[in-house]
Amino acid sequence: MMKVTGDKLFKILAIVIATSALAILIITGYTLSAGSMPALQKFGLNFFFGQQWNPVESREIFGLLPYILGTLATSGIALLIGVPLSLGIAIFLVEMAPRSLSVPISYIVELLAAVPSVIYGLWGLFVFRGFMVKYIETPISAYFGWFPLFSGAPGGLDILTAGCILAIMIIPTVASISKEVISAVPNSIREGAYSIGATKWEVIRRWVISYGRSGIFGAVILGLGRAVGETMAVSMLIGNATSFSAMPTSLFNPGQTLASLIANGILDATSSLTYSAYIGAGLTLLFMSLIINVGAHMVMTRVFKDKGGAIEQ
Amino acid sequence: MSNYSFRKFKNSIFFVLCAICVVIAVIPLVSILFEVVIRGAPQLSLNFFTTDASKGGIGHAIQGTLIIVGLTSLIGVPVGVLSGIYLSEFGHNRYAQSLRTINNILTQFPSIIVGITAYALIFSIIGSSKWAFSTITGVIALSFIMIPLITRTTEESIKLVPNTLREASLALGTHNWRTTLSVVLPTAKNGLVTGILLAVARIAGETAPLIMTIQGSRYFFRGMDKQMAALPLEIWKNSLQPSQELISKGWGAALILIIIVLTLNIAVRLASRRK
Repeated sequence: MMKVTGDKLFKILAIVIATSALAILIITGYTLSAGSMPALQKFGLNFFFGQQWNPVESREIFGLLPYILGTLATSGIALLIGVPLSLGIAIFLVEMAPRSLSVPISYIVELLAAVPSVIYGLWGLFVFRGFMVKYIETPISAYFGWFPLFSGAPGGLDILTAGCILAIMIIPTVASISKEVISAVPNSIREGAYSIGATKWEVIRRWVISYGRSGIFGAVILGLGRAVGETMAVSMLIGNATSFSAMPTSLFNPGQTLASLIANGILDATSSLTYSAYIGAGLTLLFMSLIINVGAHMVMTRVFKDKGGAIEQ
Repeated sequence: MSNYSFRKFKNSIFFVLCAICVVIAVIPLVSILFEVVIRGAPQLSLNFFTTDASKGGIGHAIQGTLIIVGLTSLIGVPVGVLSGIYLSEFGHNRYAQSLRTINNILTQFPSIIVGITAYALIFSIIGSSKWAFSTITGVIALSFIMIPLITRTTEESIKLVPNTLREASLALGTHNWRTTLSVVLPTAKNGLVTGILLAVARIAGETAPLIMTIQGSRYFFRGMDKQMAALPLEIWKNSLQPSQELISKGWGAALILIIIVLTLNIAVRLASRRK
Protein backbone atom coordinates (compact mmCIF):
# COMPACT_ATOMS: atom_id res chain seq x y z
CA MET A 1 0.00 0.00 0.00
CA MET A 2 2.77 2.44 0.89
CA LYS A 3 4.38 2.06 -2.50
CA VAL A 4 1.19 2.82 -4.39
CA THR A 5 0.89 6.04 -2.38
CA GLY A 6 4.44 6.88 -3.40
CA ASP A 7 3.40 7.03 -7.03
CA LYS A 8 0.29 9.01 -6.20
CA LEU A 9 2.20 11.44 -4.00
CA PHE A 10 4.75 12.04 -6.72
CA LYS A 11 2.03 12.71 -9.27
CA ILE A 12 0.18 15.08 -6.96
CA LEU A 13 3.42 16.90 -6.17
CA ALA A 14 4.16 17.21 -9.88
CA ILE A 15 0.67 18.54 -10.64
CA VAL A 16 0.88 21.09 -7.85
CA ILE A 17 4.30 22.31 -8.93
CA ALA A 18 3.34 22.37 -12.61
CA THR A 19 0.39 24.59 -11.75
CA SER A 20 2.99 27.31 -11.02
CA ALA A 21 2.70 28.37 -14.67
CA LEU A 22 -1.00 29.07 -14.19
CA ALA A 23 -0.25 30.71 -10.85
CA ILE A 24 2.31 33.06 -12.41
CA LEU A 25 -0.17 34.09 -15.08
CA ILE A 26 -2.95 34.70 -12.55
CA ILE A 27 -0.67 36.56 -10.12
CA THR A 28 0.57 38.78 -12.94
CA GLY A 29 -2.93 39.54 -14.22
CA TYR A 30 -4.43 40.09 -10.77
CA THR A 31 -1.59 42.16 -9.32
CA LEU A 32 -1.44 44.49 -12.30
CA SER A 33 -5.23 44.87 -12.51
CA ALA A 34 -5.53 45.59 -8.80
CA GLY A 35 -2.55 47.96 -8.85
CA SER A 36 -3.86 49.98 -11.78
CA MET A 37 -7.42 50.28 -10.42
CA PRO A 38 -6.98 53.75 -8.85
CA ALA A 39 -5.74 55.25 -12.13
CA LEU A 40 -8.36 53.42 -14.23
CA GLN A 41 -11.18 54.54 -11.94
CA LYS A 42 -10.04 58.14 -11.87
CA PHE A 43 -9.41 58.61 -15.61
CA GLY A 44 -11.57 55.94 -17.22
CA LEU A 45 -11.06 55.62 -20.95
CA ASN A 46 -8.99 58.80 -20.96
CA PHE A 47 -6.25 56.74 -19.36
CA PHE A 48 -5.78 54.99 -22.70
CA PHE A 49 -6.65 57.84 -25.08
CA GLY A 50 -5.32 60.84 -23.20
CA GLN A 51 -2.02 62.43 -24.14
CA GLN A 52 -1.01 64.23 -20.96
CA TRP A 53 1.37 62.86 -18.35
CA ASN A 54 1.65 65.05 -15.30
CA PRO A 55 2.81 63.51 -12.02
CA VAL A 56 2.80 66.82 -10.12
CA GLU A 57 0.96 66.24 -6.85
CA SER A 58 -2.75 67.26 -6.88
CA ARG A 59 -2.61 68.14 -10.60
CA GLU A 60 -2.05 64.56 -11.69
CA ILE A 61 -3.32 63.49 -15.07
CA PHE A 62 -2.19 60.43 -16.97
CA GLY A 63 -2.84 59.26 -20.53
CA LEU A 64 -1.07 56.43 -22.30
CA LEU A 65 -1.84 57.21 -25.96
CA PRO A 66 1.64 58.55 -26.90
CA TYR A 67 3.33 55.48 -25.44
CA ILE A 68 0.93 53.00 -27.03
CA LEU A 69 1.54 54.69 -30.40
CA GLY A 70 5.27 54.86 -29.66
CA THR A 71 5.32 51.12 -28.98
CA LEU A 72 3.52 50.47 -32.27
CA ALA A 73 5.80 52.86 -34.19
CA THR A 74 9.09 51.40 -32.96
CA SER A 75 7.85 47.82 -33.38
CA GLY A 76 6.59 48.69 -36.87
CA ILE A 77 10.02 50.04 -37.87
CA ALA A 78 11.62 46.95 -36.36
CA LEU A 79 9.42 44.68 -38.47
CA LEU A 80 9.87 46.76 -41.66
CA ILE A 81 13.66 46.44 -41.40
CA GLY A 82 14.06 43.22 -39.45
CA VAL A 83 11.69 40.91 -41.32
CA PRO A 84 13.20 41.25 -44.83
CA LEU A 85 16.69 40.85 -43.34
CA SER A 86 15.61 37.77 -41.38
CA LEU A 87 13.93 36.23 -44.42
CA GLY A 88 17.07 36.85 -46.47
CA ILE A 89 19.14 35.13 -43.79
CA ALA A 90 16.74 32.18 -43.54
CA ILE A 91 16.68 31.71 -47.32
CA PHE A 92 20.45 31.98 -47.49
CA LEU A 93 20.91 29.41 -44.72
CA VAL A 94 18.45 26.85 -46.09
CA GLU A 95 18.56 27.25 -49.85
CA MET A 96 21.95 28.67 -50.73
CA ALA A 97 24.72 28.14 -48.21
CA PRO A 98 26.60 24.84 -48.04
CA ARG A 99 26.33 23.08 -44.66
CA SER A 100 29.86 24.07 -43.70
CA LEU A 101 28.76 27.71 -43.92
CA SER A 102 25.18 27.51 -42.70
CA VAL A 103 25.96 25.84 -39.36
CA PRO A 104 28.40 28.49 -38.09
CA ILE A 105 26.23 31.32 -39.43
CA SER A 106 23.21 29.90 -37.59
CA TYR A 107 25.29 29.89 -34.39
CA ILE A 108 26.30 33.49 -34.89
CA VAL A 109 22.73 34.62 -35.55
CA GLU A 110 21.58 32.79 -32.41
CA LEU A 111 24.33 34.48 -30.40
CA LEU A 112 22.67 37.79 -31.30
CA ALA A 113 19.79 36.62 -29.10
CA ALA A 114 22.13 35.79 -26.23
CA VAL A 115 23.56 39.31 -25.91
CA PRO A 116 21.78 40.98 -22.96
CA SER A 117 19.48 43.83 -23.87
CA VAL A 118 21.37 46.31 -21.69
CA ILE A 119 24.54 45.68 -23.70
CA TYR A 120 22.63 46.49 -26.89
CA GLY A 121 21.64 49.67 -25.11
CA LEU A 122 25.21 50.54 -24.11
CA TRP A 123 26.49 49.81 -27.62
CA GLY A 124 23.56 51.70 -29.10
CA LEU A 125 24.21 54.74 -26.96
CA PHE A 126 27.92 55.07 -27.70
CA VAL A 127 28.46 53.37 -31.07
CA PHE A 128 25.26 52.82 -33.06
CA ARG A 129 23.81 56.25 -32.28
CA GLY A 130 26.83 57.97 -33.84
CA PHE A 131 26.53 55.80 -36.93
CA MET A 132 22.82 56.56 -37.26
CA VAL A 133 23.26 60.33 -36.96
CA LYS A 134 26.18 60.52 -39.35
CA TYR A 135 25.23 58.10 -42.12
CA ILE A 136 21.45 57.70 -41.97
CA GLU A 137 19.68 60.57 -40.27
CA THR A 138 21.71 63.56 -41.42
CA PRO A 139 21.55 62.62 -45.14
CA ILE A 140 17.82 61.85 -44.92
CA SER A 141 17.20 65.05 -43.05
CA ALA A 142 19.16 67.05 -45.66
CA TYR A 143 17.19 65.71 -48.64
CA PHE A 144 13.79 64.81 -47.20
CA GLY A 145 13.59 67.15 -44.19
CA TRP A 146 10.51 68.81 -45.77
CA PHE A 147 8.59 65.58 -45.33
CA PRO A 148 6.73 65.57 -41.96
CA LEU A 149 7.95 62.07 -41.11
CA PHE A 150 11.57 63.28 -41.25
CA SER A 151 11.13 66.70 -39.66
CA GLY A 152 13.18 67.87 -36.73
CA ALA A 153 16.92 67.87 -36.07
CA PRO A 154 18.44 64.37 -36.09
CA GLY A 155 20.01 63.72 -32.69
CA GLY A 156 20.21 59.97 -32.63
CA LEU A 157 18.08 59.54 -29.52
CA ASP A 158 14.80 59.07 -31.34
CA ILE A 159 12.16 56.68 -32.63
CA LEU A 160 14.17 55.68 -35.71
CA THR A 161 17.28 54.66 -33.73
CA ALA A 162 15.16 52.71 -31.23
CA GLY A 163 13.32 50.99 -34.09
CA CYS A 164 16.59 50.08 -35.82
CA ILE A 165 18.10 48.54 -32.67
CA LEU A 166 14.87 46.58 -32.22
CA ALA A 167 15.21 45.38 -35.82
CA ILE A 168 18.61 43.90 -34.94
CA MET A 169 17.21 42.34 -31.78
CA ILE A 170 14.30 40.55 -33.49
CA ILE A 171 16.47 39.07 -36.25
CA PRO A 172 17.40 35.91 -34.27
CA THR A 173 13.74 35.18 -33.43
CA VAL A 174 12.33 35.74 -36.91
CA ALA A 175 15.29 34.24 -38.77
CA SER A 176 15.50 31.01 -36.77
CA ILE A 177 11.76 30.26 -36.96
CA SER A 178 11.61 31.15 -40.67
CA LYS A 179 14.57 28.86 -41.18
CA GLU A 180 12.67 25.98 -39.56
CA VAL A 181 9.59 26.76 -41.64
CA ILE A 182 11.50 26.94 -44.92
CA SER A 183 13.43 23.76 -44.28
CA ALA A 184 10.13 22.00 -43.51
CA VAL A 185 8.90 22.70 -47.06
CA PRO A 186 8.91 19.27 -48.79
CA ASN A 187 11.58 18.80 -51.43
CA SER A 188 8.99 17.42 -53.86
CA ILE A 189 7.62 20.97 -54.17
CA ARG A 190 11.05 22.33 -55.11
CA GLU A 191 11.68 19.49 -57.53
CA GLY A 192 8.33 19.99 -59.21
CA ALA A 193 9.11 23.67 -59.70
CA TYR A 194 12.63 23.04 -61.02
CA SER A 195 11.28 20.48 -63.47
CA ILE A 196 9.20 23.12 -65.23
CA GLY A 197 12.30 25.26 -65.65
CA ALA A 198 12.11 27.74 -62.78
CA THR A 199 15.32 29.38 -61.53
CA LYS A 200 16.29 28.98 -57.90
CA TRP A 201 14.97 32.42 -56.98
CA GLU A 202 11.64 31.74 -58.72
CA VAL A 203 11.31 28.46 -56.84
CA ILE A 204 11.91 30.24 -53.55
CA ARG A 205 9.65 33.20 -54.23
CA ARG A 206 6.68 31.45 -55.90
CA TRP A 207 6.67 28.06 -54.23
CA VAL A 208 8.79 27.86 -51.05
CA ILE A 209 7.69 31.19 -49.55
CA SER A 210 4.08 30.70 -50.48
CA TYR A 211 4.06 27.18 -49.06
CA GLY A 212 5.54 28.40 -45.78
CA ARG A 213 3.77 31.74 -45.60
CA SER A 214 1.60 30.96 -42.56
CA GLY A 215 4.67 29.75 -40.64
CA ILE A 216 6.60 32.84 -41.67
CA PHE A 217 3.63 34.94 -40.56
CA GLY A 218 3.86 33.22 -37.15
CA ALA A 219 7.57 34.05 -37.01
CA VAL A 220 6.81 37.70 -37.75
CA ILE A 221 4.20 37.85 -34.96
CA LEU A 222 6.68 36.32 -32.49
CA GLY A 223 9.20 38.96 -33.60
CA LEU A 224 6.55 41.62 -32.99
CA GLY A 225 6.00 40.20 -29.50
CA ARG A 226 9.70 40.52 -28.76
CA ALA A 227 9.83 44.08 -30.14
CA VAL A 228 6.79 45.27 -28.16
CA GLY A 229 8.16 44.10 -24.82
CA GLU A 230 11.82 44.97 -25.31
CA THR A 231 12.79 47.45 -22.63
CA MET A 232 16.39 48.31 -21.88
CA ALA A 233 17.88 49.08 -25.28
CA VAL A 234 14.79 51.08 -26.25
CA SER A 235 14.67 53.03 -23.00
CA MET A 236 18.31 54.04 -23.48
CA LEU A 237 17.91 55.13 -27.11
CA ILE A 238 14.41 56.52 -27.56
CA GLY A 239 15.06 59.86 -25.89
CA ASN A 240 12.70 59.54 -22.91
CA ALA A 241 9.98 62.01 -23.96
CA THR A 242 6.74 62.32 -22.00
CA SER A 243 3.30 63.88 -22.46
CA PHE A 244 2.43 65.62 -25.75
CA SER A 245 6.01 65.65 -27.01
CA ALA A 246 6.11 61.85 -26.90
CA MET A 247 3.55 61.56 -29.72
CA PRO A 248 5.41 59.79 -32.54
CA THR A 249 4.95 62.44 -35.23
CA SER A 250 8.45 62.35 -36.72
CA LEU A 251 11.05 59.59 -36.88
CA PHE A 252 13.66 62.06 -35.65
CA ASN A 253 11.73 63.04 -32.52
CA PRO A 254 12.36 61.53 -29.12
CA GLY A 255 9.53 59.21 -28.10
CA GLN A 256 8.61 56.65 -25.50
CA THR A 257 7.22 53.13 -25.47
CA LEU A 258 5.12 51.56 -22.72
CA ALA A 259 8.06 49.46 -21.57
CA SER A 260 10.56 52.33 -21.63
CA LEU A 261 8.08 54.60 -19.82
CA ILE A 262 7.99 52.16 -16.91
CA ALA A 263 11.75 51.60 -16.88
CA ASN A 264 12.56 55.31 -17.06
CA GLY A 265 9.97 56.62 -14.67
CA ILE A 266 8.65 54.18 -12.10
CA LEU A 267 11.37 54.91 -9.54
CA ASP A 268 10.39 58.59 -9.58
CA ALA A 269 6.75 57.83 -8.75
CA THR A 270 6.03 59.52 -5.43
CA SER A 271 2.24 59.57 -5.11
CA SER A 272 0.17 56.41 -5.09
CA LEU A 273 -1.81 57.62 -8.13
CA THR A 274 1.37 58.06 -10.19
CA TYR A 275 2.50 54.63 -9.12
CA SER A 276 -0.87 53.23 -10.14
CA ALA A 277 -0.54 54.87 -13.57
CA TYR A 278 2.79 53.09 -14.15
CA ILE A 279 1.21 49.77 -13.13
CA GLY A 280 -1.57 50.59 -15.62
CA ALA A 281 1.06 51.03 -18.34
CA GLY A 282 2.31 47.57 -17.37
CA LEU A 283 -1.22 46.17 -17.60
CA THR A 284 -1.65 47.66 -21.09
CA LEU A 285 1.65 46.14 -22.17
CA LEU A 286 0.56 42.80 -20.69
CA PHE A 287 -2.61 42.87 -22.80
CA MET A 288 -0.72 43.76 -25.98
CA SER A 289 1.78 41.00 -25.30
CA LEU A 290 -0.95 38.45 -24.50
CA ILE A 291 -2.89 39.21 -27.69
CA ILE A 292 0.26 38.99 -29.83
CA ASN A 293 1.57 35.80 -28.22
CA VAL A 294 -1.76 33.97 -28.15
CA GLY A 295 -2.17 34.91 -31.82
CA ALA A 296 1.32 33.62 -32.62
CA HIS A 297 0.61 30.45 -30.69
CA MET A 298 -2.60 29.80 -32.65
CA VAL A 299 -0.88 30.41 -35.98
CA MET A 300 2.06 28.17 -35.11
CA THR A 301 -0.07 25.28 -33.81
CA ARG A 302 -2.08 25.30 -37.01
CA VAL A 303 1.09 25.43 -39.09
CA PHE A 304 2.55 22.38 -37.38
CA LYS A 305 -0.76 20.51 -37.62
CA ASP A 306 -1.30 21.30 -41.32
CA LYS A 307 2.22 21.03 -42.58
CA GLY A 308 3.39 18.47 -40.04
CA GLY A 309 1.95 15.64 -42.11
CA ALA A 310 3.38 16.94 -45.35
CA ILE A 311 6.93 16.92 -44.02
CA GLU A 312 6.85 13.17 -43.57
CA GLN A 313 5.78 12.35 -47.12
CA MET B 1 19.25 40.21 -73.28
CA SER B 2 17.06 37.18 -73.71
CA ASN B 3 14.33 36.39 -71.23
CA TYR B 4 16.19 33.41 -69.81
CA SER B 5 19.44 35.21 -69.17
CA PHE B 6 17.48 38.02 -67.52
CA ARG B 7 15.89 35.49 -65.19
CA LYS B 8 19.30 34.03 -64.43
CA PHE B 9 20.61 37.53 -63.78
CA LYS B 10 17.74 38.17 -61.37
CA ASN B 11 18.56 34.88 -59.68
CA SER B 12 22.13 35.88 -58.95
CA ILE B 13 21.06 39.37 -57.79
CA PHE B 14 18.86 37.79 -55.11
CA PHE B 15 21.61 35.40 -54.14
CA VAL B 16 23.85 38.39 -53.47
CA LEU B 17 21.06 40.23 -51.62
CA CYS B 18 20.52 37.29 -49.27
CA ALA B 19 24.24 37.08 -48.58
CA ILE B 20 24.22 40.82 -47.81
CA CYS B 21 21.40 40.23 -45.28
CA VAL B 22 23.66 37.78 -43.46
CA VAL B 23 26.54 40.26 -43.44
CA ILE B 24 24.26 43.04 -42.12
CA ALA B 25 23.13 40.79 -39.25
CA VAL B 26 26.66 39.73 -38.35
CA ILE B 27 28.10 43.28 -38.29
CA PRO B 28 26.29 44.36 -35.07
CA LEU B 29 27.45 41.26 -33.19
CA VAL B 30 31.06 41.74 -34.28
CA SER B 31 30.87 45.44 -33.49
CA ILE B 32 29.35 44.83 -30.03
CA LEU B 33 32.02 42.26 -29.12
CA PHE B 34 34.80 44.47 -30.51
CA GLU B 35 33.69 47.64 -28.70
CA VAL B 36 33.02 45.85 -25.40
CA VAL B 37 36.48 44.28 -25.43
CA ILE B 38 38.30 47.43 -26.58
CA ARG B 39 36.55 49.76 -24.16
CA GLY B 40 36.11 47.32 -21.30
CA ALA B 41 39.49 45.59 -21.13
CA PRO B 42 41.49 48.64 -19.93
CA GLN B 43 39.23 48.77 -16.85
CA LEU B 44 40.15 45.33 -15.61
CA SER B 45 42.33 45.27 -12.52
CA LEU B 46 42.33 43.52 -9.18
CA ASN B 47 40.78 46.58 -7.60
CA PHE B 48 37.99 46.57 -10.20
CA PHE B 49 36.93 43.06 -9.20
CA THR B 50 37.26 43.31 -5.43
CA THR B 51 35.96 46.72 -4.32
CA ASP B 52 32.57 48.43 -4.38
CA ALA B 53 31.55 51.69 -6.01
CA SER B 54 33.12 53.84 -3.29
CA LYS B 55 36.58 52.55 -4.27
CA GLY B 56 35.87 52.47 -8.00
CA GLY B 57 35.25 48.74 -8.40
CA ILE B 58 32.31 46.62 -9.44
CA GLY B 59 32.90 43.77 -7.01
CA HIS B 60 29.55 44.52 -5.39
CA ALA B 61 27.77 44.09 -8.74
CA ILE B 62 29.51 40.79 -9.51
CA GLN B 63 28.61 39.58 -6.01
CA GLY B 64 25.02 40.75 -6.46
CA THR B 65 24.62 38.94 -9.78
CA LEU B 66 26.05 35.72 -8.30
CA ILE B 67 23.70 35.96 -5.30
CA ILE B 68 20.55 36.68 -7.26
CA VAL B 69 21.28 34.10 -9.97
CA GLY B 70 22.13 31.51 -7.29
CA LEU B 71 19.00 32.14 -5.21
CA THR B 72 16.78 32.22 -8.29
CA SER B 73 18.23 28.92 -9.47
CA LEU B 74 17.47 27.40 -6.05
CA ILE B 75 13.78 28.09 -6.74
CA GLY B 76 13.69 27.96 -10.51
CA VAL B 77 15.53 24.70 -11.16
CA PRO B 78 13.51 22.34 -8.90
CA VAL B 79 10.17 23.94 -9.78
CA GLY B 80 10.96 24.09 -13.50
CA VAL B 81 12.27 20.52 -13.66
CA LEU B 82 9.27 19.10 -11.77
CA SER B 83 6.83 21.01 -13.98
CA GLY B 84 8.64 19.68 -17.01
CA ILE B 85 8.41 16.15 -15.62
CA TYR B 86 4.67 16.58 -15.12
CA LEU B 87 4.13 17.86 -18.65
CA SER B 88 6.12 15.08 -20.30
CA GLU B 89 5.30 12.08 -18.05
CA PHE B 90 1.69 12.83 -17.07
CA GLY B 91 0.86 15.45 -19.67
CA HIS B 92 -1.63 13.76 -21.95
CA ASN B 93 -4.75 15.51 -20.69
CA ARG B 94 -6.43 18.82 -21.41
CA TYR B 95 -5.18 20.43 -18.19
CA ALA B 96 -1.56 19.67 -19.04
CA GLN B 97 -2.15 20.89 -22.58
CA SER B 98 -3.39 24.24 -21.32
CA LEU B 99 -0.49 24.47 -18.85
CA ARG B 100 1.86 23.88 -21.78
CA THR B 101 0.25 26.70 -23.75
CA ILE B 102 0.38 29.06 -20.77
CA ASN B 103 4.00 28.13 -20.19
CA ASN B 104 4.92 28.88 -23.80
CA ILE B 105 3.22 32.25 -23.56
CA LEU B 106 5.02 33.00 -20.28
CA THR B 107 8.40 32.42 -21.93
CA GLN B 108 7.55 35.22 -24.38
CA PHE B 109 6.44 37.70 -21.70
CA PRO B 110 8.19 41.07 -21.66
CA SER B 111 10.55 40.88 -18.70
CA ILE B 112 9.61 44.33 -17.42
CA ILE B 113 6.08 43.08 -16.75
CA VAL B 114 7.52 40.44 -14.47
CA GLY B 115 9.51 43.06 -12.58
CA ILE B 116 6.59 45.38 -12.11
CA THR B 117 4.45 42.43 -10.97
CA ALA B 118 6.95 41.33 -8.33
CA TYR B 119 7.23 44.90 -7.09
CA ALA B 120 3.46 45.45 -6.96
CA LEU B 121 2.93 42.06 -5.34
CA ILE B 122 5.31 42.69 -2.45
CA PHE B 123 4.11 46.27 -2.17
CA SER B 124 0.49 45.18 -1.80
CA ILE B 125 1.29 42.34 0.62
CA ILE B 126 3.63 44.26 2.93
CA GLY B 127 1.94 47.60 2.42
CA SER B 128 5.12 49.65 2.32
CA SER B 129 7.96 50.05 -0.10
CA LYS B 130 10.51 48.97 2.51
CA TRP B 131 10.53 45.38 1.33
CA ALA B 132 9.56 46.16 -2.25
CA PHE B 133 13.14 47.13 -3.08
CA SER B 134 14.91 44.04 -1.84
CA THR B 135 16.82 40.97 -2.88
CA ILE B 136 13.70 38.88 -2.24
CA THR B 137 11.57 40.82 -4.73
CA GLY B 138 14.33 40.43 -7.31
CA VAL B 139 14.46 36.69 -6.74
CA ILE B 140 10.67 36.43 -7.17
CA ALA B 141 10.83 38.39 -10.44
CA LEU B 142 13.67 36.34 -11.92
CA SER B 143 12.04 33.07 -10.80
CA PHE B 144 8.95 34.02 -12.82
CA ILE B 145 11.24 34.22 -15.86
CA MET B 146 13.34 31.15 -15.10
CA ILE B 147 10.59 28.63 -14.24
CA PRO B 148 8.81 28.66 -17.65
CA LEU B 149 12.16 28.49 -19.49
CA ILE B 150 13.33 25.42 -17.55
CA THR B 151 9.90 23.78 -17.70
CA ARG B 152 9.97 23.90 -21.49
CA THR B 153 13.51 22.62 -21.99
CA THR B 154 12.98 19.88 -19.38
CA GLU B 155 9.82 18.68 -21.10
CA GLU B 156 11.53 18.67 -24.48
CA SER B 157 14.55 16.72 -23.31
CA ILE B 158 12.55 14.18 -21.26
CA LYS B 159 10.32 13.52 -24.27
CA LEU B 160 13.41 12.29 -26.13
CA VAL B 161 13.98 9.46 -23.63
CA PRO B 162 12.90 6.24 -25.38
CA ASN B 163 9.87 4.49 -23.91
CA THR B 164 11.68 1.16 -23.91
CA LEU B 165 13.87 2.41 -21.04
CA ARG B 166 10.81 3.24 -18.95
CA GLU B 167 9.27 -0.12 -19.77
CA ALA B 168 12.45 -1.98 -18.87
CA SER B 169 12.58 -0.25 -15.52
CA LEU B 170 8.87 -0.85 -14.81
CA ALA B 171 9.28 -4.50 -15.80
CA LEU B 172 11.85 -4.85 -13.02
CA GLY B 173 9.12 -3.90 -10.60
CA THR B 174 10.26 -0.32 -10.09
CA HIS B 175 7.60 2.21 -9.35
CA ASN B 176 6.73 5.05 -11.66
CA TRP B 177 8.29 7.76 -9.51
CA ARG B 178 11.52 5.77 -9.06
CA THR B 179 11.64 5.18 -12.79
CA THR B 180 11.24 8.88 -13.48
CA LEU B 181 13.88 9.94 -10.95
CA SER B 182 16.51 7.22 -11.42
CA VAL B 183 16.07 6.20 -15.08
CA VAL B 184 14.41 8.95 -17.07
CA LEU B 185 16.10 12.00 -15.49
CA PRO B 186 19.68 10.65 -15.71
CA THR B 187 19.08 9.72 -19.34
CA ALA B 188 17.84 13.21 -20.12
CA LYS B 189 20.65 14.81 -18.08
CA ASN B 190 22.44 16.49 -20.99
CA GLY B 191 19.32 18.22 -22.21
CA LEU B 192 18.38 19.26 -18.69
CA VAL B 193 21.78 20.78 -17.97
CA THR B 194 21.76 22.59 -21.32
CA GLY B 195 18.37 24.11 -20.55
CA ILE B 196 19.37 25.14 -17.05
CA LEU B 197 22.61 26.77 -18.19
CA LEU B 198 20.83 28.71 -20.95
CA ALA B 199 18.22 29.87 -18.44
CA VAL B 200 21.00 30.97 -16.07
CA ALA B 201 22.65 32.90 -18.91
CA ARG B 202 19.35 34.54 -19.72
CA ILE B 203 18.49 35.69 -16.19
CA ALA B 204 22.06 36.82 -15.52
CA GLY B 205 21.62 39.39 -18.29
CA GLU B 206 18.10 40.52 -17.38
CA THR B 207 17.99 44.18 -16.45
CA ALA B 208 14.43 45.47 -16.75
CA PRO B 209 12.93 43.36 -13.93
CA LEU B 210 15.74 44.42 -11.57
CA ILE B 211 15.14 48.16 -11.88
CA MET B 212 12.08 48.17 -9.63
CA THR B 213 13.05 45.18 -7.50
CA ILE B 214 16.66 45.03 -6.27
CA GLN B 215 17.10 48.58 -7.58
CA GLY B 216 20.90 48.66 -7.46
CA SER B 217 23.26 49.79 -4.76
CA ARG B 218 26.77 51.12 -4.27
CA TYR B 219 27.69 48.60 -1.58
CA PHE B 220 28.32 44.92 -1.11
CA PHE B 221 25.39 42.70 -0.07
CA ARG B 222 23.73 44.03 3.08
CA GLY B 223 20.83 41.63 3.64
CA MET B 224 17.83 40.06 1.97
CA ASP B 225 15.58 43.01 2.77
CA LYS B 226 17.90 45.65 1.33
CA GLN B 227 18.65 46.94 -2.15
CA MET B 228 21.42 45.11 -3.97
CA ALA B 229 23.67 45.70 -6.96
CA ALA B 230 23.87 43.55 -10.10
CA LEU B 231 26.04 43.70 -13.21
CA PRO B 232 23.27 44.64 -15.70
CA LEU B 233 22.03 47.41 -13.42
CA GLU B 234 25.57 48.67 -12.97
CA ILE B 235 25.97 48.88 -16.77
CA TRP B 236 22.65 50.69 -17.16
CA LYS B 237 23.24 53.22 -14.38
CA ASN B 238 26.82 53.99 -15.38
CA SER B 239 25.95 54.43 -19.05
CA LEU B 240 23.53 57.25 -18.20
CA GLN B 241 26.12 59.19 -16.13
CA PRO B 242 27.81 62.27 -17.53
CA SER B 243 31.21 61.26 -16.13
CA GLN B 244 33.50 59.55 -18.62
CA GLU B 245 35.08 57.57 -15.80
CA LEU B 246 31.76 55.99 -14.80
CA ILE B 247 30.86 55.26 -18.43
CA SER B 248 34.17 53.40 -18.78
CA LYS B 249 33.30 51.37 -15.69
CA GLY B 250 30.02 50.52 -17.40
CA TRP B 251 31.98 49.12 -20.36
CA GLY B 252 34.14 47.12 -17.95
CA ALA B 253 31.03 45.65 -16.33
CA ALA B 254 29.62 44.92 -19.80
CA LEU B 255 32.78 42.99 -20.67
CA ILE B 256 32.41 40.79 -17.59
CA LEU B 257 28.68 40.24 -18.18
CA ILE B 258 29.14 39.36 -21.84
CA ILE B 259 31.97 36.95 -20.96
CA ILE B 260 29.67 35.17 -18.47
CA VAL B 261 26.69 35.03 -20.83
CA LEU B 262 28.54 34.08 -24.02
CA THR B 263 30.74 31.50 -22.27
CA LEU B 264 27.62 29.74 -20.99
CA ASN B 265 25.98 29.89 -24.43
CA ILE B 266 28.98 28.76 -26.45
CA ALA B 267 29.88 25.99 -23.99
CA VAL B 268 26.34 24.63 -24.13
CA ARG B 269 26.28 24.73 -27.91
CA LEU B 270 29.63 23.03 -28.30
CA ALA B 271 28.67 20.33 -25.80
CA SER B 272 25.33 19.58 -27.44
CA ARG B 273 26.96 19.54 -30.87
CA ARG B 274 29.50 16.91 -29.87
CA LYS B 275 26.67 14.66 -28.71
